[in-house]
Amino acid sequence: MKHQTRKATRHVNQNEGLIFEKSSAGKAAWKLPPLDVPEVDAKALLGSAERKDLGNLPEVSEIEIIRHFTRLSTWNYAIDLGMYPLGSCTMKYNPRVNEVVARLDGLANGHPYQPEKASQGALRIIKTISDCLLEITGMDAITLQPAAGAHGELTGLLMVRAYHQAKGNPRKKVLIPDSAHGTNPATAAMVGYSVENLKSNAQGMVDIAALTAQMNEDVAVLMLTNPNTLGVFEQDIHRIADIMHAKGGLLYMDGANMNALVGKVRPGDFGVDVMHLNLHKTFSTPHGGGGPGSGPVAVKQILEPFLPKPVVITKPDGTLGFEYDRPLSVGRVRSFYGNFGMFIRALAYILANGPDGLRQTTEDAVLNANYIRKGLEGTYDLPYTTPSMHEVVFSDKIQAKKGVKTMDLAKRLIDYGFHPYTTAFPLIVPGAMMIEPTESESTEEMDLFIEAMKSIAEEVEEDPQMVLAAPHTTRVSRLDETAAARKPVLRWKPGN
Amino acid sequence: MRYLPKSPADRQALLKAIGARSIDDLFAPIPAEYRLNRDLKIPRQMAESEILDWFRERSRENGDGYATFLGAGAYYHYRPVIIDSLISRGEFLTAYTPYQAEISQGTLQSIFEFQTMICELTGMEVANASMYDGSTAAAEGVMMAARLTGRRSVVIARSVHPEYREVLQTYAWHQGMPLAIAPFGKDGRVDLKALEQSITQDTACVLIQSPNFFGTIEDVNAIAEIAHQHGAMLVVSIAEAVSLGIVEPPRKADIIAMEAQSFGVPLGFGGPYCGVIATKEQFVRQMPGRLVGQTTDRNGKRGFVLTLATREQHIRREKATSNICTNQALVALMVNIFMTIYGKVGLKELAKQNLAKAAYAAQQFAKHGKILFEGAPRFNEFVVETSEDPYAINSRILGHKIVGGLPLKKFYPELGNAALWCCTELTTRTAIDTAVGFVADSERSVKSAKEEDAQEVAR
Repeated sequence: MKHQTRKATRHVNQNEGLIFEKSSAGKAAWKLPPLDVPEVDAKALLGSAERKDLGNLPEVSEIEIIRHFTRLSTWNYAIDLGMYPLGSCTMKYNPRVNEVVARLDGLANGHPYQPEKASQGALRIIKTISDCLLEITGMDAITLQPAAGAHGELTGLLMVRAYHQAKGNPRKKVLIPDSAHGTNPATAAMVGYSVENLKSNAQGMVDIAALTAQMNEDVAVLMLTNPNTLGVFEQDIHRIADIMHAKGGLLYMDGANMNALVGKVRPGDFGVDVMHLNLHKTFSTPHGGGGPGSGPVAVKQILEPFLPKPVVITKPDGTLGFEYDRPLSVGRVRSFYGNFGMFIRALAYILANGPDGLRQTTEDAVLNANYIRKGLEGTYDLPYTTPSMHEVVFSDKIQAKKGVKTMDLAKRLIDYGFHPYTTAFPLIVPGAMMIEPTESESTEEMDLFIEAMKSIAEEVEEDPQMVLAAPHTTRVSRLDETAAARKPVLRWKPGN
Repeated sequence: MRYLPKSPADRQALLKAIGARSIDDLFAPIPAEYRLNRDLKIPRQMAESEILDWFRERSRENGDGYATFLGAGAYYHYRPVIIDSLISRGEFLTAYTPYQAEISQGTLQSIFEFQTMICELTGMEVANASMYDGSTAAAEGVMMAARLTGRRSVVIARSVHPEYREVLQTYAWHQGMPLAIAPFGKDGRVDLKALEQSITQDTACVLIQSPNFFGTIEDVNAIAEIAHQHGAMLVVSIAEAVSLGIVEPPRKADIIAMEAQSFGVPLGFGGPYCGVIATKEQFVRQMPGRLVGQTTDRNGKRGFVLTLATREQHIRREKATSNICTNQALVALMVNIFMTIYGKVGLKELAKQNLAKAAYAAQQFAKHGKILFEGAPRFNEFVVETSEDPYAINSRILGHKIVGGLPLKKFYPELGNAALWCCTELTTRTAIDTAVGFVADSERSVKSAKEEDAQEVAR
C-alpha cells in the first residue's frame, strides 16, 4: 500500500476538511454549570413539540474548533494583510479600539427593552453619533435604524414616497443614472417605483439636457451617487438639484462614496434632500466578510416627519428617550434601533479623528487615488479623463486585444499579493477596473501595487496564457462557478 | 492622525508626482461655493485612552452588571470566549464579501458549514447567510411567498413579535400587499378558526412565530394544514434560536425566517443580529440573500463559491429578489462558531436548562401573580399578570440591579397588567426568587389596600 502523508504542508495550503468530517460522538467543546433549579421532564412540558434529535450537528472539542477556524481564516485575504483596492467598497483600516469599546459590558450586554433610565449610555452614543453625522452631511435629521446601505436606500425611498403621498400623489418613477450601483434600481422596485435610466454624458457625469428632458411630474426622485461610480464629482450638482426641485422632485444621494467628501464639502449644502451613509465604508466599521453594515439616512427638514420610528429625543429633564408618537412616520424598517454595535465603532472612529483627522483622511484618500491614476495611466486605458476623486476607473481595452479581460488581470493580481480591484463595474465602462486605495495605504504599498499592475500588463504582452490561468499561488485555482449554479450543492450531507 | 500612514513629506512627494501644486487642486472639481472652509463642529481628536474612558462612562450609564428577565426577541445567553477570539482574526474581521473565491475560501467554507447546520436545525433543505435580522427576514420571507404563489395578501398572527409585524407593514406598504391579522386564543396561540376565516384565495402566506411572542409554542402542523388547504404558504419566524435544541422545528413550513442572535451574538442594545431564511430546495431561486455552493477548481479540488447570483441586485438590478447587498456575515460567523461549540448534544442540554429555569420561575410566579396562556407548551418565556402596574413593580426591582419582565400594555393594551418574563441558562435561582418576592409583596400590598378600602366602606 502506498504511504500517504496527509499533513506536512504549509498551513495555508493544507486541506482543512469540513467541521462535520471531524465530528465523533462524545467529544464536546461546552460545559454548563450545574442546574440550580429542579430538572424538568421535557416530554411532560412539551408533549409532541419535544425534539428528539438534532441531526448532523458536529461534536468536536475546543482545540479542534480553534484550529479549524484559524486554518480557514488563513485562506482569506484581508485589509490587515495588504492593500484591498475594491472600488466603491472603501476597504480602509478598521481600528482595534473600536472593537474594544463595542465589547464593554454595559454596551455589549444592554438589552434593547431595558428601561430608558438604565439606557442613558446607549442613548447618549446614538445622540452623539447622530449629531456628528448631521454636521458631516449638512443635513437636518437622521435615522440610524437601517442595517446596511441598501436598507438605507429602501428607507430613504420610503420617505420620499411618503412625502409625495402627503402632497397627494406618490408619483411613479425614479431616475437612476446608468452608472449606478445595482442596489439603486432594486430598491426602487421594492418601493413600487418604476426605474428610468438616465444616460451619462461624455465626461461620465449626469447629462443635464437629458435630465431636463426626462424630468417631469411623474418622477419622484433622482438617485445619484456623488462622487459617482467613476470617482467623478458631479460638478453640476446644484443645477441637478434645481432641475429636480423645479418639478417638485427630490434628490437622493447614495453616500457610498462619502469618503471623498467628509470635512471638505457637505451634501446638505449642495442641494441633496435625502441620503444614506455606509458606516462600514466611510466610518471604518469592519466589513467582516460581507457585514454587518449600518446605513443611516440623513434628511432635510421637509422629510423629518417621515423618519422611521422611534426617534431619539432629549426630554425636558435633560435625559434622552425614544419617541414613538410619530403619525407621519414610514414605520419601522428593522426591529429595535438598528445595528447599534456599528454606531459605537463609527463613533470611536470619529472621536479618534476629530475635525482635522477626518479632513486629512479625505485628502489622503483623494491623493492616493490620483497617485495610482498617474502611475497606471498609459499602461491601462483610462476611458474618462475627468478628474478623479477617491477612486479611478480604468478599462481592460488594451489587454483585451490579447484576450485578457478585467477578471483575468484581477486574478493575476492575487499572485502579486493584492486583493483585486472591482471588476466589470460600473456598467458604462466595458471591462471596468475600478480602483479605490483609500487613505490607509502608504506610498510604499501603492508603489508595490503600481509595479504589480505594470508587470501584469507586460505579462499580457509576453505570455497571455499564463495570465489567463491565474491565480497560480492560491490553495485553489479558479473555481467552476457554472457547475456550482447548474447543480447547486448548498449544504454538506453525510457520505458526500 | 495615527491611522494615516503618511508623513507631510510623503504627501508633498505624492502631490509632486501627480503634478499638483497643492491638495486643493485635487478638490477643484467641487464648486468653490460649496467647499467647507472651516472645521467640522464635532468633538476634537481624542487619544485612545480618552476614547476608552468616554465609552466606559457610557457603559456604566447603561445598566452595566444588571441581571435581566427581558427576552422578547433579544436573549441573554452565555457567549463562549472563543467566539470573539476567532472572529477577531483580521482575516475574518477585515475581509470583504467573498466575491474573489480563490482568496476567500475561509469565509466561504464557514458559510457553507453555517448553511448546513441551519438546515439540520430547522429541518429545511437550504439556508442563506444572512439577512439583517429576524424582522427583515420575516418580511423578505413573506415577499418571497408572494412571488412563489403569485398571490398578493398576507395573514399575520397577532402573536408574532409586534416589531416584526411593524416591519412587515412598512415593507408591504407600497407592494400593494393587504395584511390581515389572525388573533390569538385563550392559550396565547393562533386561533385556528379565526385564522381559517381570514385566509382568502389571494392569501400568499400565513406568517406565524414559534415559540411565539408570549413564549408559547404554536401548533405548527395544524396551521400548516389550514394554510396549505387554501393554497397559501406557511412562513414561520423563529426569534429564540436556542428553542431549536429541544423544540421540534416547524418542518411543515415552506419558509423559515429566523433570528439567530441567541447563538452567540451579544444583546448589543438591539444589534447587529443575524437573520436567516431557510426553505425547501424547490424554492431556492426565489430566495433573497447570498448562498454559498460547493464546486471544484481546475484541478478537481473541492472549493466553495457564491452561487445563484442571478437572483441578486448586482446582476438583476430592478428584477432582483431583494435589494440586499451587505448582510451580517461576521455575525453569521459568530452563530456558526456557537453552533459548532454546542453541537448535537450541547445545544439540547442548553435548551433543557432554559426550559427548566423558565418552568421553575413560572411555578414560583404562579404562587402570587397569574400566569396567562396556560394550557399550551412554552419554551423560556411566560406571561405574568399582576394586580399592580408592572412598570411600578419593575422600578422597585431595578433598585436591586434586576431588570424585570417586559410590560405588554405598550404592544397589547388588552392584556392590561401583564408582563413577559424570560429565563435563560444565565438566570440564577436567586434572581428568580428575588423578583418573585417583589411580585409577592406587590400582591400583598394591593390586597391589604383593598381590605382597608373595604373596611373604610363598611365604616
